[in-house]
Amino acid sequence: MSTPTVEHSLDEAAFHEHFDATIAADRRIEPRDWMPEGYRRTLIRQIAQHAHSEIIGMQPEGDWLLAAPSLRRKAILLAKVQDEAGHGMYLYSAAETLGADRADLTDKLIERKQKYSSIFNYATLTYADVGVIGWLVDGAAICNQVPLCRSSYGPYARAMIRICKEESFHQRQGYELLMTMMRGTPAQRAMVQDAVDRWWWPSLMMFGPPDDDSPNSAQSMAWGIKRHSNDELRQRFVDMTVPQAEFLGVTLPDPELRLDPETGHHRFGAIDWDEFKRVISGDGPANAERIARRRAARDDNAWVTEAATAYATKHAARKHSA
Amino acid sequence: MSTDVTAEGGHGAVPTGPEVPVEATPAASRRDWPLYEVFVRGKRGINHVHVGSLHAADDEMAVHAARDLYTRRNEGVSIWVVQAADITASSPDEKDPMFAPSGDKVYRHPTFYEIPENVPHM
Repeated sequence: MSTPTVEHSLDEAAFHEHFDATIAADRRIEPRDWMPEGYRRTLIRQIAQHAHSEIIGMQPEGDWLLAAPSLRRKAILLAKVQDEAGHGMYLYSAAETLGADRADLTDKLIERKQKYSSIFNYATLTYADVGVIGWLVDGAAICNQVPLCRSSYGPYARAMIRICKEESFHQRQGYELLMTMMRGTPAQRAMVQDAVDRWWWPSLMMFGPPDDDSPNSAQSMAWGIKRHSNDELRQRFVDMTVPQAEFLGVTLPDPELRLDPETGHHRFGAIDWDEFKRVISGDGPANAERIARRRAARDDNAWVTEAATAYATKHAARKHSA
Repeated sequence: MSTDVTAEGGHGAVPTGPEVPVEATPAASRRDWPLYEVFVRGKRGINHVHVGSLHAADDEMAVHAARDLYTRRNEGVSIWVVQAADITASSPDEKDPMFAPSGDKVYRHPTFYEIPENVPHM
């Protein structure tokens, strides 16, 4: 697919050298540039997983659209869920610049040949979960995504810039929702604490396996696709979140969490990586439901895309004959 | 002239430097909705700028989808959509004939001319 044709005067080694020099100079790779097959494959995998996460990520919060406690909260939640769809579209668009096909990526998601973030396989049990997702899950996403705005692949970096601008709204609306609940009744405060208890550890898992068990990380960092290691980003998230939890008045469910005065970083307890592996490989609380709903969206709405195609074809023919 | 002159997904005619292109994978979406490139004018007084791409059944749907996808927060006052297949782009391996001639014409830049510093308003 990426083999240069013979009429090019440079040979593959020279292309590779040029690619390496571009990366070394921290310049961006653009779609028509020569790139190693591994770079292309890694990007397609990462961008597709990211896109799938945005699309599947509409579901846990979407479940509360018809049960929002006020019109204000409903309007906010609608806008947020719509944003998630938009983020998925920006990312599929970036994946297509690498030669991937959007419909094919969706099929791979539905057939479970490609993954999405483990976090979206947990259920949203109360409206406090909507707030906690905005605060913790979108907060973790921001930690992950801000450095990706400088990713070496131009279209990915540009999509991330657009996404990051919108994530800030997501996080702030969540935190504001939680502040509102914390000013409410004891039962409402208990709901917030319960949601924090359930979402804290899965949020830490969002950064992926620890560095010594993350086989793709080193190469991705060498290629400038990733800019920081999983553990670095996780630490940054914990340090950011602890004072926010204090302000809110909730307890993060980790007895080992404490500030290390020597490093200035918070130390935290062991993450249950068995749970992570179980959930990412299909055995989480809501995996089957998420995929079933995505499949239904594709299949049940196929008639709409077919009708639009038929309409467009008819009108094009009419225009042509006029 | 390269045989491949179409823009690729999400990228329009962005100049891409001296690199040699890979062969484009045909974007044959099973659903046969063509790929559109989207350009948005952020506000009056500035150019339309490429923002991304999308699939739509026809031009009209492409404009509506572009509005929903790329201007949810007043990012634009005007949208252009164009089918990616209709864009003719310069190819990276044409770098020499296309862009090199401007490289040695330094006299086209104002900095080429030495003017004493005490000449006002220059």
